[in-house]
Amino acid sequence: MNEWLLALPFFILLLAIPLALWMRQQGLTTAQMGWLLALFPLASLVMMGYAVLSAQGQPVAVSIPWAPAFDISFSLYLDGLSSLFALLILGIGALIVIYAGGYLGSDPNIGRFYAWLFLFMFAMLGVVLADNLLMLFIFWELTSLSSFLLIGYYHHEAGSRSAALQALLVTGGGGLAMLAGVVLLGQIGGTFEASALLVQGKALQHHPLFVPVLALILLGAFTKSAQFPFHFWLPNAMAAPTPVSAYLHSATMVKAGVYLLARLNPILGGHPIWLYAVGGVGAATMLVASVLAYSQTDLKRLLAYSTVAALGTLTLLIGLGSPLALKAAATFLLAHALYKGALFLVAGAVDHETGTRHVPRLGGLLRAMPLTATAAGLAALSMAGLPPLFGFIAKELVYESGLEAGPIWMAVALFMGLSTVFVAGMTGVAPFWAKPSEKLPHSPHEAPSTMWSGPLLLASVGLLTGLLPAGAAERIIGPAASSMAGQTIPVKLVLWHGITPAFLLSVVTVVVGTLLFAYRTSLRLTLQRLSWPWGPAYLYERSLDGLNALARFQTRLLQSGALRYYLLTIVLSVVVTVGWVLLRSGVPWVLPLSVNDVLFYEAALAVLILGATLAAILSPFRLGAIAALGVVGAGIALIYLMFGAPDLAITQFAIEALTVILFVLAFYHLPRFKNLSSPSVRRSDAVVALLTGSLMTLLVLVAVDVEISPVVSRFFAENALTKAYGRNVVNVILVDFRSLDTLGEITVLGVAGIGVYALLKFRKGRTKAESAAPSLARRSAQPAQAASAAPALTPSVPLPTDDPAEASKGGEAS
Amino acid sequence: MRVDSLILRTAVRYLFPLLLTFAVFVFLRGHNDPGGGFVAGLVAAAAYGLYSIAYGAEQARRVLGVETRLLIGIGLAIALLSGLAGLTSGLPFMSGLWIDLPLPSPLNKIGTPLLFDLGVFLTVLGVTLTIIFALEEVE
Repeated sequence: MNEWLLALPFFILLLAIPLALWMRQQGLTTAQMGWLLALFPLASLVMMGYAVLSAQGQPVAVSIPWAPAFDISFSLYLDGLSSLFALLILGIGALIVIYAGGYLGSDPNIGRFYAWLFLFMFAMLGVVLADNLLMLFIFWELTSLSSFLLIGYYHHEAGSRSAALQALLVTGGGGLAMLAGVVLLGQIGGTFEASALLVQGKALQHHPLFVPVLALILLGAFTKSAQFPFHFWLPNAMAAPTPVSAYLHSATMVKAGVYLLARLNPILGGHPIWLYAVGGVGAATMLVASVLAYSQTDLKRLLAYSTVAALGTLTLLIGLGSPLALKAAATFLLAHALYKGALFLVAGAVDHETGTRHVPRLGGLLRAMPLTATAAGLAALSMAGLPPLFGFIAKELVYESGLEAGPIWMAVALFMGLSTVFVAGMTGVAPFWAKPSEKLPHSPHEAPSTMWSGPLLLASVGLLTGLLPAGAAERIIGPAASSMAGQTIPVKLVLWHGITPAFLLSVVTVVVGTLLFAYRTSLRLTLQRLSWPWGPAYLYERSLDGLNALARFQTRLLQSGALRYYLLTIVLSVVVTVGWVLLRSGVPWVLPLSVNDVLFYEAALAVLILGATLAAILSPFRLGAIAALGVVGAGIALIYLMFGAPDLAITQFAIEALTVILFVLAFYHLPRFKNLSSPSVRRSDAVVALLTGSLMTLLVLVAVDVEISPVVSRFFAENALTKAYGRNVVNVILVDFRSLDTLGEITVLGVAGIGVYALLKFRKGRTKAESAAPSLARRSAQPAQAASAAPALTPSVPLPTDDPAEASKGGEAS
Repeated sequence: MRVDSLILRTAVRYLFPLLLTFAVFVFLRGHNDPGGGFVAGLVAAAAYGLYSIAYGAEQARRVLGVETRLLIGIGLAIALLSGLAGLTSGLPFMSGLWIDLPLPSPLNKIGTPLLFDLGVFLTVLGVTLTIIFALEEVE
């Protein structure tokens, strides 16, 4: 029962993808779609909630074999940590779905938007529920992909496109590193199931490959969760529609890295490298993001930098790894999702109603948008860490962990706390309470119910859990912290601790943070003067430019655009690589047969084929050359027949017949049959041809000598009739024993056919486009073409035209 | 490009059904003797290719009745589906399943490998005809 309640939510979310597209076609309004589609995550949430409650603290697991040979199974695992994440994904997800219905109003692409959003929800749920680490990787990359699509939702804007690409490259690249780490981890642990690895505990840390595993997995987690120096993609991802920013880039996806760290903490944590790598990177992220936040004026970018700082905090806490720190991490995770989600949605509502997100322009919205202002106020108070809100409890715990770990960690936490108060003021207070500096693009009024209900609900939950934290502590935070630690951590949360060092530091934070907020304009101007251009984003740009330059260089080198050079490249690469291996492994320079073994008709056939080859080369007429090639083909078919390969012979004959038909059709379109190459070019071509021929001959001779295990051929011969009911062993191998290979081959064949079709059908259009704007490849190909086509032209003569067809005509005329 | 030749057209009128029958023969024969879907596809393509030279590509397309590129897709889909059949019986992907029929050999054994071979046949036919017809219709 519980197992099904765990697996079913997936399929429910998948179902919503086509349904969203269908609803759009049925002409539903966006708001209606939002309300209806929100039922899907809600239903999933109810099911999972029931599964968790009825399991009574025990993890729920389900496993379906998928590819047992590779130890990959579709296995799900729901414990305290995944429950916390699933709650955020589905609960906030439902609110986002409703909100997007109002936010995207009359957008004609809303069906596509919802389809992508549900794809993401499905993938993200997969990340936090997957027990198999390889499956986790697949879902992980699927979240990167859906994030790419959603960031680039406004794809007509160049900024959106480059932000989407940047996010994909950074998180996708990190994901690949993580894959390598996961594969290594699975190898040394002997399984890919996280639950089975967790049982082994810290035993894996003594393995010599432990440090590479750790480094690779951390790279994946850090890129995903926007840790320094990969933090730059997250603020740029704010190009996405605001519901996406609130959901993916604050509440869920960016926390996937944190999730991975928390999930693997019982295996990887506690190592000295873990403390300094994870804790250190988290601290650096907190510092950098806090400093950068002060110079922002855009509502969403302010929230993005404070999200980066919060992700750094979570990373730092997991790096510290003490029971107190993990308890703080679970609490802070929930509190942050509540207040940051609410503030993002408020920012979207403000943008929607006023037409700007520029904080210095905004002000006085309290009267026009009272409900939104209430939500914003509650969320901002929680973010600033003021009692009686849940954010206060979370921040107290963070400070206590900092005090426990030492003065340096505490200083970093305090630094982050200041910027958090500042951003809370900028985003939750200033737009509503400050004096408006100038006229707004739209005259503001309250947002529709779809858009104030979500933030208000999130903010109210923040207030409620602040006042009554016991339930959340016992049901959600305790189990989550226990899964992170790999042991039971009892969690009791209370709002009021009395006057403790952490509380005194909180008071200092609020007072100084409020001062920073009060002097925000001069603070911003000072920091903007100090701006530092050579950050990681600059490095990203430069390396992207470098990659493009490399691509252009090798394209110019290898993709010359002339067929003869392509052939030459392919053939010579084969000759060099295969020939090198052949020479190293020893070549049988002596023919392994004596002249007496050769029968008369075999020799006659060889002479015939050789003669036909010479005729094909030397023939002055095209028809003669083709006919001679036909003789070569037929001769080879005869060889197949003689040496017991009738299937090959039949195929060869059929190909020869078809070649005639193709030739008849192509004949009409071919240019005049004329020798266009200079004698020296022809000589070098002859060398290449002879080299290739010799290589193939040597290869055949070597292949004959190689002892292939006779078991394989005996197996095929013995079982063809008994197991596959066919006497023709070759065909049985093709369609039964090794049909997967054949499937691959016919797929390639199909693709090649479509390719030929495209080349033939769009030839005319291409010529037109090219003469208008000659491509890079063409420009580099053109001198080579002219040189080989027009031997009479001296280099001093300017090239007559950019068109190779005309150039070759010029060559022929001369 | 159509070759306006009475001799060719008359010959093709008789050759075309003959070649197609031969293709079917080669296809079925392939199970026990040299032949099979690949060669049969080539032979059938030769039949339609000849037909199109005699009567024009447009006429040949009408006789074929299916868009050649669609044929590629159908062939690949059949080959893939024949492989999925094994999964429904709990066997690995691409396992052969067989049914006995009260018919003379080679028709008495019908199985998914035959279906797979049909997929190969249709793909080869589709690819070859796509190229032939496209070549013929080039301006």
